[in-house]
Amino acid sequence: MIEPARRPPSRGALSSQGDRVFQILILALASIIVLIFLLSLYQLGRESLPALQRFGFRFFTERTWNPVAGTYGAATMIMGTLLTSLVALLISVPLAVASALFVAEYAPKWLANPVGYLIELLAAVPSVVYGLWALFVIAPILGKWQTAFFLNPDNVGTITRCNELWASQQTNLQCFFVPSGAGGRGLALAIIILTVMILPYTASVARDVIRLVPADQREAMYALGATKWEVISRAILPYARAGILGGVILALGRALGETLAVAMVIGDSQEILKSLWGNASTMASVIANQFGDAQETIHRSSVVALGLSLFFLSVIVNYVARLIIARLTPKGIQ
Amino acid sequence: MMSTALSTVSRSSAKLSPARRIRNTLMGGLILLATLAVVAPLILIFLYLLREGVGALNLDFFTKTPAPEGETGGGLLNAILGSVTMLAMASVIGVLVGVAGGIFLAEYPRHPLMPTIRMISDVLAGIPAIVMGLVAYGLIVLVFGFSGLAGALALGFLMIPIVVRTTEEVLKLVPLNVREAGLALGLPQWLVIMRIVLPAARGGIITGVMLALARVAGEAAPLLFTAFGNPNVNFDPSKPMSALPLEIYRGATSAYDENQRLAKAGALLLILLIFATSMLARYVTRQRK
Repeated sequence: MIEPARRPPSRGALSSQGDRVFQILILALASIIVLIFLLSLYQLGRESLPALQRFGFRFFTERTWNPVAGTYGAATMIMGTLLTSLVALLISVPLAVASALFVAEYAPKWLANPVGYLIELLAAVPSVVYGLWALFVIAPILGKWQTAFFLNPDNVGTITRCNELWASQQTNLQCFFVPSGAGGRGLALAIIILTVMILPYTASVARDVIRLVPADQREAMYALGATKWEVISRAILPYARAGILGGVILALGRALGETLAVAMVIGDSQEILKSLWGNASTMASVIANQFGDAQETIHRSSVVALGLSLFFLSVIVNYVARLIIARLTPKGIQ
Repeated sequence: MMSTALSTVSRSSAKLSPARRIRNTLMGGLILLATLAVVAPLILIFLYLLREGVGALNLDFFTKTPAPEGETGGGLLNAILGSVTMLAMASVIGVLVGVAGGIFLAEYPRHPLMPTIRMISDVLAGIPAIVMGLVAYGLIVLVFGFSGLAGALALGFLMIPIVVRTTEEVLKLVPLNVREAGLALGLPQWLVIMRIVLPAARGGIITGVMLALARVAGEAAPLLFTAFGNPNVNFDPSKPMSALPLEIYRGATSAYDENQRLAKAGALLLILLIFATSMLARYVTRQRK
């Protein structure tokens, strides 16, 4: 592997001078990482300053986002981001953990490897491709169901009642689940595609953690006469709980920042959310949809302020995830 | 596998009440169903793109630029070349800073700045790609205008944390006594790193770079307001440049059938390239073990 030295290295190379120069060089290059972080913070902070100065903390609590009137409040998008991410997480976590259990506990080796690999490929599919698929395949399916709902004579009463309620900017539990359009796009579609997109993150962390559960843990339970499911639910999952939680938070970080797939299907509406099927927006989708068109300084600055909030949100979420994974998983995985 | 063997033992030896047996079978079935549900989207997406896109992946697709709006024909040559150019530029940033960062974290663990750089690198890995686009916009576009360079910078920033992480892990796999052997021969530490440790870890570092490339090759969000897109072939990094994911985004949200057709073909090409890259990376990794 190492070729024998043909001639002795020169004196300069052997002195500790070379070591010092090399260390400074490596440190300088590595410091670029810190520089990027600080520059990002500075750029985002500088550009969002006008909006934050003008609206102050109300930027995060105000619900009106109206470029025409020049008022910008991000509460609706923050709600949109949290709602889509958390609901997607709620649906995807059980599926992801189940698939991890399948790969680590149930599947024979010849099946476990390909399935595990397919799940990892799911993470490699680009956001735009998910968006394209959701737009061309899932949206028409939802649209067909929505049309059928509107055409069903039994639903006329409900629809009229909900339309009146929506017109006065209100909603109730029943109307929240009534479709408000027949195009298929909207909040529900965004949640569906987000669910699919974040599955692999939880799944691969969960699989690694489950594989690290010591065999003694399983054997002790089997020796007591437990069934496979009892071993999983009482011996394996409790042991792997902390690591799985780390994976869940990592997936949350992904969901919060997911941009184009969501921007393509969510319908880009900044109005108050009235129906699960209605158009909505998330912080990331507003950046993608509006930053390019924003002409006025205050509009642009408000959009960057969303970016800054997203920056802090993802820093916190990822930091917590790493902390949990580092503290609570058994030694041996990264 | 051990767990399968154990489950056979438990099934034959224990007397199970019907409730426990039913619950065991039921949960096993649910876990299988859930796994199918997890894998299904990947297969469905792939089959859909294959059916819709493969027809448009003809010679024109690789040799022509998009036809004007509303006309038929054309290809995505501008996007393919733009992606290649920007990814090459991004790799320079990503590899240089990423590998150096990995060396720093793995070889100088007692340096006082080590924990800070490790933490910031981890944090950087989680920052949404679109936010990196905003940063590159502020750094480059505000001064020089939309350009391939700005897009490449955003993609390079996204590559760095991935390369740092894999480089660090791979370097740590190089046994300590290999380093000690070098030091015992009188080599200074920097020559040990450059001539012994890095060559030994080369395969793993290349894998990491390939995975990072596969990851950023599909990013359109950071390019929206940096590289911006360009209907013509352009190699000048100071001018707007197109990229495959950008064209897919524009095409998929366009009202014209022709643009949608190109978008589907582009999506097929993109995921084929990304799958091939990550498969190759995985193959290389397995060879080493």
